[in-house]
Amino acid sequence: MSSTALLQAIVDGILTGGVYALMAAGLTLIFGVMDIINIAQGVMVILGAYLSYELSVHVGIGLLPGLLITVPAMFLLGVAIEIGFMRRLRDQDRTQMSILVTYAVAIVIEGILTAVFGVNYEQLQASYVNSSVHVLGFYLPDIYLIGFALAIILLIGLYYVLYRTQFGRAVRASLQNRTAADLIGIEVNRVRTISVGIGVAVTAVGGMVFGATNAFNPNTGYDLISRLLAIVILGGMGSIGGAMGAAILMLVINDVVAVAWSPTWAPLVFFAALVIVLSVRPQGLFGRAAVRAQ
Amino acid sequence: MSATELHPDAAAPEAVSGPAAPRRGLVLGGIVAALAVLAVFPLVFTDPTTTSIAVFALVFMVATAAWNIFSGYSGYLALGHAVFFGCGGYAVALAARDWHLAGGWPVFALLPFGGLVAGLVAVPVGLIALRTRRHTFVVVTIAIFFIFQLAAFNLGFTGGTSGITLPFAPFSAANYNQPFYYVAAVILIVTVLVSWAVRRSRFGLQLLAIRDDEDRALGLGVKTRRIKLTAFVLSAIPVGMVGGLYFYFIGQVYPQFAFDPLFDVSLALMGFLGGLGTLVGPLLGALVLESLQQYLTQTFSGNGTYLIAYGVLFLAVILVLPRGVVPGIAALLERRRVKAALARGDGHETKVSTGGVAGAAR
Repeated sequence: MSSTALLQAIVDGILTGGVYALMAAGLTLIFGVMDIINIAQGVMVILGAYLSYELSVHVGIGLLPGLLITVPAMFLLGVAIEIGFMRRLRDQDRTQMSILVTYAVAIVIEGILTAVFGVNYEQLQASYVNSSVHVLGFYLPDIYLIGFALAIILLIGLYYVLYRTQFGRAVRASLQNRTAADLIGIEVNRVRTISVGIGVAVTAVGGMVFGATNAFNPNTGYDLISRLLAIVILGGMGSIGGAMGAAILMLVINDVVAVAWSPTWAPLVFFAALVIVLSVRPQGLFGRAAVRAQ
Repeated sequence: MSATELHPDAAAPEAVSGPAAPRRGLVLGGIVAALAVLAVFPLVFTDPTTTSIAVFALVFMVATAAWNIFSGYSGYLALGHAVFFGCGGYAVALAARDWHLAGGWPVFALLPFGGLVAGLVAVPVGLIALRTRRHTFVVVTIAIFFIFQLAAFNLGFTGGTSGITLPFAPFSAANYNQPFYYVAAVILIVTVLVSWAVRRSRFGLQLLAIRDDEDRALGLGVKTRRIKLTAFVLSAIPVGMVGGLYFYFIGQVYPQFAFDPLFDVSLALMGFLGGLGTLVGPLLGALVLESLQQYLTQTFSGNGTYLIAYGVLFLAVILVLPRGVVPGIAALLERRRVKAALARGDGHETKVSTGGVAGAAR
């Protein structure tokens, strides 16, 4: 293996890792605020990809402008799911029950996508999907750069909202202690609903980039959610920074293994790394030491 | 908030520690009736479509009952039991091929071997996964599941995507399903007996203690690690056995069926529908859901409608009966009993007061 190929793999890993970081940030935000693991996050990414596909193929709205429609649509979906299902879960075994509820939501979405689009693989097309720029000896596909840039902008935006606004303080307060947040007058339910909306909305962007860089069908969501789960657990559930670090780390390792060993076994890295890390550090790489007792 | 009121915690320990003193004769009669139905079902309903659905239902009843021995009693939600299903299937298929077994009963004789392999696989899997708790445990079991799936697709000895063919079963076409049915029924009876024995034993109490408060159980001297691992391995063995049976029944073991994420979540759904941690609940849940799923698949195959129906049903069950059918009914009966007791004004004071609050909230 040449060092150029290795470096190329590392660069690719960082660029795709950014997009995974965005999707994982949504997942970890939902967990942090709600104690809910959204198994449907994977199939929602695919739903986002199909929405972009519909808009670009049948309506004639390009992938990037289409985000102005798909992002609010996915936000509303998140809000609806929070109000319809997540809110009803009892606090006691909320996390475990949430896995089942969101799994069911995932199955329903997968069923609808299968009924509407069938099981053939699709891929998003645009002028910038197959072009690339040549920088310092690397070929950087434009879509990777666009995806990375979008992910970074949105993650910075998310960070800004969470750490510099009143709403963000309310989110973090709800994240730290739900009861206390409630007592000091934060409308925890509203904060939760909006947080879930945001967590789901990012899948529209993730879906657009994922759909442009990978062939997808309604079933692809399972592969995706297993990777996203590995990322958020490694990063420490509820930690957005951890999810970003873990996403980039995992995608770099994934791409390097694909080049150095074989693409077949590259996904193994995700799960093997997860299992090994958790055997040593059950709270994840960047996680808080104790699970909250709430 | 409303959810909390709808499902008063006061009813919970009652519901899981068994129905409120039903008559012994009633229970015995129920067992005899269930066994009789189990025994004569394929003789009465001889249509191959029906009996094949029955075989699938039995397979899932065994798997859910076995899953419940670990997840139901300990409270650890395992979403990776397809690992044991697949390992059992591959173990039986590989052994039958390499030992040049004839089809028919010799392959059935291999099923305990499939269970053994599943149990052996469960030891390292459990050692790793059980280092974590709660949702992390759930995700670790999913991750381990995907490692096995990937291995089954890509390792040399598994036959890759096309899998391994099992020997042809030389049963007459008319009664082809019957041997599978009765072997599955025997495994089911044994599994339920094991589950019942666990439930009544000190070991079972220790598992329940872990579910209620693991740290306190540890503090009280329960060797939690050993107990959890034992239950985990115990729950893997029957799943491996029916894995072997299932793939012998369909004639071939493929990686996408052997390690199917829908299998994992089906067990959980069936367990939840019937009632997690109860003896009968998982059986009922598996019987109803697997029959329904087979029916839906055969009716609306391919276009995603059955997925929608399955998912919607799943959501309805969890939102309406989060504790499952059996505990839900038990809680209902208990509330009635308490109400009657209140009306009579007799004196189980503590019970009546908590039950009364629950009843009032309702």
